[in-house]
Amino acid sequence: MANARPPAERPLSPHLSIYKPSMTMAMSIVHRITGCALYVGTVLLVAYLLALASGKSSYDSAAWFFGSFIGRLILFGYTWALMHHMMGGVRHLIWDTGAGMQPGVRDTIALATLIGSAVLTVVIWIAVALS
Amino acid sequence: MKLNASSLATDRNRVRGLGSAKAGTKHFWHQRVSAVALIPLTLFFIVTLIKLSGANYQAALGTVGRPFFALVLIGFVLAGAYHMRLGMQVVIEDYIHGEVTKLVLLMFNTFFSAFVALASLYAIVRISLGN
Repeated sequence: MANARPPAERPLSPHLSIYKPSMTMAMSIVHRITGCALYVGTVLLVAYLLALASGKSSYDSAAWFFGSFIGRLILFGYTWALMHHMMGGVRHLIWDTGAGMQPGVRDTIALATLIGSAVLTVVIWIAVALS
Repeated sequence: MKLNASSLATDRNRVRGLGSAKAGTKHFWHQRVSAVALIPLTLFFIVTLIKLSGANYQAALGTVGRPFFALVLIGFVLAGAYHMRLGMQVVIEDYIHGEVTKLVLLMFNTFFSAFVALASLYAIVRISLGN
């Protein structure tokens, strides 16, 4: 059976302690973090839809929560996480074609991910405020 | 032990051609396909949420009951649940090395993603049919 012996203690290469943080490195881990946050946050969508399907009083409670300050804060954060993860995903799809991996270019598109997600989040919430 | 000139894999595994991850490129491809589908679905999903923001019970029912918004929500939830299951699978495999813990978490990942998809689908269908 695999893992029958305890694994031998071997030295590991240093990573976080020696690498100069770069834009691409940061955006990569943020892509993973936003993915995990979105994963957990799907319960919010499920709760909202089930509340709507369960009648007026359930819906009114859900709408109250999402309209409250903390609810809006959570939704704002979720919007940003969604937009950032989407932009990061587009960046990965561009890389899948082989393009955009040269030094300089890859930092530019990493920065574009961050700025693009912030802009989209603000635009969406302006639209919410106007609706 | 039979040593093939180009590979240490057994004959059967060589024929299967799936590599050490045991899934070939299926996971990679399905992640890309669901990601591409999720770009327009996410944008339409945001439009739907903007329409639902601040809506009272009757207005929310009316919106979710309409074919366009219902299909956007169903598409977003199904593609999203599948995409998030694949993504979280990679995260678990990256960080969890204890065999039992890893297998339990991988199962839970599938169950949670399935729950999100099924519960949302149930709610949307119930809302649509109840209108």
